Amino acid sequence: MTIAPTQAPAEKGVQLVVRSWRNYVVYVGFVVVFLYFAATQGASFLNGTTLVNIVTQATPITIMAVGTVFVLSLGEIDLSIGSTVALAALTAAATLQVSGAWWIAALAGLAVGAAVGLVNGLFVTVMRLPSFLVTLATMGLVAGLAQQVTNLQSVPVTDAAFGWLLGGGTLLGIPILIWWSAVAAVIGWHVLRQRRFGAHVLAVGNNASAARVSGIKVTRVRIAVFMLSGTTAALAGLLYAGRLAGATYTLGTTDLMSVLAAVIVGGTALTGGKASMIGAVVGSLFMSMINYGLLLAGLTVAQQEIVRGVIILIAVSLSLRGKKGS
Amino acid sequence: MNPLSLSGISKHFGGIVAIERFDLEVEAGEVVALVGDNGAGKSTLVRIISGVHQPTDGEIRLAGERVAFRDASDARANGVEVVYQDLALVDLQPVYMNLFLGRELRRKPFGLLDRAEMARQTQQLVDDLDVRIPTAKAALGDLSGGQRQAIAIARATHWASRLVLMDEPTAALGVAETAKVEELILKLKARGAAVLVVSHNMEQVFRIADRVTVLRRGRQVGTKRVAETSHNELVSMITGLSS
Ligand SMILES: Nc1ncnc2c1ncn2[C@@H]1O[C@H](COP(=O)(O)OP(=O)(O)O)[C@@H](O)[C@H]1O
Ligand SMILES: [Mg+2]
Repeated sequence: MTIAPTQAPAEKGVQLVVRSWRNYVVYVGFVVVFLYFAATQGASFLNGTTLVNIVTQATPITIMAVGTVFVLSLGEIDLSIGSTVALAALTAAATLQVSGAWWIAALAGLAVGAAVGLVNGLFVTVMRLPSFLVTLATMGLVAGLAQQVTNLQSVPVTDAAFGWLLGGGTLLGIPILIWWSAVAAVIGWHVLRQRRFGAHVLAVGNNASAARVSGIKVTRVRIAVFMLSGTTAALAGLLYAGRLAGATYTLGTTDLMSVLAAVIVGGTALTGGKASMIGAVVGSLFMSMINYGLLLAGLTVAQQEIVRGVIILIAVSLSLRGKKGS
Repeated sequence: MNPLSLSGISKHFGGIVAIERFDLEVEAGEVVALVGDNGAGKSTLVRIISGVHQPTDGEIRLAGERVAFRDASDARANGVEVVYQDLALVDLQPVYMNLFLGRELRRKPFGLLDRAEMARQTQQLVDDLDVRIPTAKAALGDLSGGQRQAIAIARATHWASRLVLMDEPTAALGVAETAKVEELILKLKARGAAVLVVSHNMEQVFRIADRVTVLRRGRQVGTKRVAETSHNELVSMITGLSS
């Protein structure tokens, strides 16, 4: 048992301010970067199309961030989401060509994601392997499968319903991708904060043995979270396939970094037990805004990746300092 | 029918004999202390009664009924509450979530977590037990060691229907905090719970227990009424050296 050190009230007050400031990093960062791009790029950044694009470009990241919040809350990590995007998208596109029914294709894609999650979850729980190693392996395995099944060919998606629902549609004047982001964010927040499942995920991530003796089915919770993560990655894959009217094995390859950065900047601890769904969603918009702004500023893809990497380093150091201070 | 009755309990870990033929009855409203040197098997015995370990041999009866728990939550569902040596609490969650961990209250009709009601009941419980914490909504990790132990005991008090097991509940506490926890244990007894408490502290045993049973390297050396034994006698039972 650890006993909290007795501290002078002033010291504790300072710590509280530092701690809560850290929780708001993403919101402050968002506003600062927004103002910076608005000031330096003027109307080429500050217009309706650009702002809508920032949200719609972020959609797959936002949706994967929702799943990743649960994974990190457990104190685990899922590195396989990027390659699951491609495999699910290819599966859906190929199924669409065979079946012709958009919903069968979508279900097939989601099932692939859930299956990858199930495999990850089983290795982590039954075999008691670290999720870092398990998902590192499945990341490669799934990427290989995605290249194998279609022989590196891309698969076009011509189905109108699929393309509308998972890509270019609008509903009540709002792009369908924004609806997907909003629905994923609201459901993710609801499950994390208002459902038993969310409370159990956080408890397992903070103190698994306490959760176990409290009657929480720890193994079931862990497997469910990996399946959720795989499924959100698959949904992201479907949304790429819908928006780009086709699937290739390269989809999602750079998304893992963006998703982790979004979630960690958003205030979810890598070490488990502490999560912010709203922070993760704002984090994904933040990453998208940076991508877009850097693109407008004329940076190359390589330069953009460097900036993203720097942001992740800053986010991770903040996250780990938070753990030590508490 | 006594809330707890153990007969012939043994536990082997591979070749290690951790507990050998242990017998004990604990009555309602009685505090029994379990004492012994490090490695004597005290925690193992607590874990057997609470379903974490299964006994190699012997019988556990709760209120006369034979039980064989599959796991800790099975024991909990049967009214056995445990205050663990390594606090089974979740630091990053509020106090009220810790009190209801694994048994969260939900609101009809959608089954949403009822945080307000959990916080209200927690506040009432800590007020009843005179445990002083800033608020039931505080993060558990922000409380002191004594406050956290008090919360662990309050949780057991809230949920226990017949039996509370405590493994060295004051091992890490200061004098004032220890006194508070002992007061809570006597409150539990006054409510008619059967309490089995592991302790290292002889003064504490004499302050709170009705009877005391001694383990030495897995063997039960004897059981005494506290009123009919002495500090010296207990020490020689624990160590095996005559005083
Ligand atoms: N899970 C286990 N596997 C193997 N040996 C164990 C296990 N748990 C306890 N033991 C052994 O049982 C003995 C009693 O341990 P314990 O019950 O923790 O003692 P105490 O709580 O009285 O200090 C020790 O020799 C310990 O090494
Ligand atoms: Mg012990």
